[in-house]
Amino acid sequence: MKAIDTLRFSFRAASGYPTRTFLILLAMAIGVGAVILLTALGEGARRYVIREFTSLGTNLLIAIPGRSETTGGPPPLLGETPRDLTLEDALVLKRNASIRRVAPIALGSAPVVWKQRSREVTIMGSTEELYGIRQLSMAQGRFLLPGNPNRGTAVCVLGYKIKNELFGNSSPLGEWVRIGGRRFRVIGVLAPRGQSLGFDMSDIAIIPVASAQALFNTSSLFRIMIQATGRDSVHRAKEAILKSIRDRHEGEDDITVITQDALLKTFDRIFTALTLTVGGIAAISLAVAGILIMNVMMISVSQRKTEIGLLKAIGSPPSQILRLFLSESAILSLIGALFGVLLALLGTWASLRLYPDFPIRIPWWALSAATAVGVFTGLVFGVLPARKAAALEPVEALSRR
Amino acid sequence: MIELTGIERNFKVGSETVHALRDLDLAVQPGEYLSVMGPSGSGKSTLLNIIGLLDRPDKGVYLLDQVNTTELDDAQQASARRHKIGFVFQFFHLVPRLTAAENIELPLILAGIDSGERKNRLSQSLPALGIADRARHRPDQLSGGQRQRVAIARATIMQPGIILADEPTGNLDRASGKEVIDILEQLNSEGKILIMVTHDPEIGRRATRRIQMLDGRIGLDSGAST
Repeated sequence: MKAIDTLRFSFRAASGYPTRTFLILLAMAIGVGAVILLTALGEGARRYVIREFTSLGTNLLIAIPGRSETTGGPPPLLGETPRDLTLEDALVLKRNASIRRVAPIALGSAPVVWKQRSREVTIMGSTEELYGIRQLSMAQGRFLLPGNPNRGTAVCVLGYKIKNELFGNSSPLGEWVRIGGRRFRVIGVLAPRGQSLGFDMSDIAIIPVASAQALFNTSSLFRIMIQATGRDSVHRAKEAILKSIRDRHEGEDDITVITQDALLKTFDRIFTALTLTVGGIAAISLAVAGILIMNVMMISVSQRKTEIGLLKAIGSPPSQILRLFLSESAILSLIGALFGVLLALLGTWASLRLYPDFPIRIPWWALSAATAVGVFTGLVFGVLPARKAAALEPVEALSRR
Repeated sequence: MIELTGIERNFKVGSETVHALRDLDLAVQPGEYLSVMGPSGSGKSTLLNIIGLLDRPDKGVYLLDQVNTTELDDAQQASARRHKIGFVFQFFHLVPRLTAAENIELPLILAGIDSGERKNRLSQSLPALGIADRARHRPDQLSGGQRQRVAIARATIMQPGIILADEPTGNLDRASGKEVIDILEQLNSEGKILIMVTHDPEIGRRATRRIQMLDGRIGLDSGAST
């Protein structure tokens, strides 16, 4: 029997029983569609997180006071108190060749008052270099001015949301606000940019780092953000940071330097694993579809007993009957899988329509893998019914009782 | 030619063993016209099934054109059925979703014959059986007589030497039954062996050789060849 005739025969057999065919197609479409959609969601989550990290800036390193290591020897016998990071520490880093920008960050919370209105917001003390590191942009006015970081001038930059809450639609430029009892002149408003890793840059007031330290009466920094000169120098910058701080802290490694790449890689790994897990869970629905195919094909074999008997009587060997029924399951599961792909495309389209911010995307490997696994499932679960058909005794199959 | 020697076929029904065929010998020469008659359960259909290679005997030797069929495996038996034997059933056994032409074509498709040759053979077979205008009809749009003619066309499209008919007129009225018998006898006159199981003594009498089955044995054979 020619392959094309086998296909045509199986196809006609499938289209001859529309209800049965519809059920199989539905099951397979849902199975394949679920696998593709869920992996697309996982992939979307991964891309979302990576986008968030990239929005922090590029070639970024973050120095945090205190050492946190997950590997290494036993804990020290005597408690180790980490030395604070100071503004001096930050300024020293600036001299290194592999470091392009350094932004010391002091963080606190204080009420921002203008006329009768008062809002408690996060106050971030930094320098003008933060602008380039965090890739900020201005809606109005300008950012902190370059100058001696040790001198705290009384200027501030407001986040978009706090500006709206305090000033409404009027321009805040040149106005004086009180932050924690001190007076600051508003010189700029940040452009709205949404959240960045849960840190809402619109609900914030930025003041010079020295002013912030004075305001919160501390000499320590929350952290230091460092931008390396290029992708290749990130590692050198990390070494340099550790070395300079060690030199300044009497030989103690008491800071932790996180590189953006390392963070990204970790999250990338976590979310890839998540995607695979979710896809795997969805694959259970493929198994269910396979079992349904088996059931329906079994019923089909019983229904078409006489037909099978006839095929045997006119000279079909068992292997041919097996092939006919297998190709029928294969055709059904393939078409079902294609419908599943269509379903998934429709789903992602709808998701993009409803949540344009969430970068849902079907990974090509999921598309081909789900289709392949779907067809494979159909074939595997088609074997049993096909074997049953091939093993039918023609005399029994042809007798009408 | 067909040579059966010492054929036995037993069925288990519950704990009892039913002897459908007991030590049966039969030889059929090319071109013979046999009718097989006998009461229900006498083994007529079993005999036909064994001759048609749909069933295997428990004992005995069946030579089909000098080939010992009991030694063939399933695929070889299927091949022998395809090329040497045509079946005509009481219930026609047409595939309901296929048209008349497609039903007739089925053995050719299964044999892997290409579509040009299939069309060719169809165009000869359809008019010969008087169903050319019914080619595109499905079985449920055909009368009983037409269905059986489609079934005969299907049985002969591979040009086998043996036609086995199991009660071919059992589901037909007299007129279309007569037509079907005429067609079958026409085939016999072209040199094919025709073996027909029937209940109808009138039809049975028409055969040149009449076999009467009784309890799994040949009770009476009008023309046992020596």
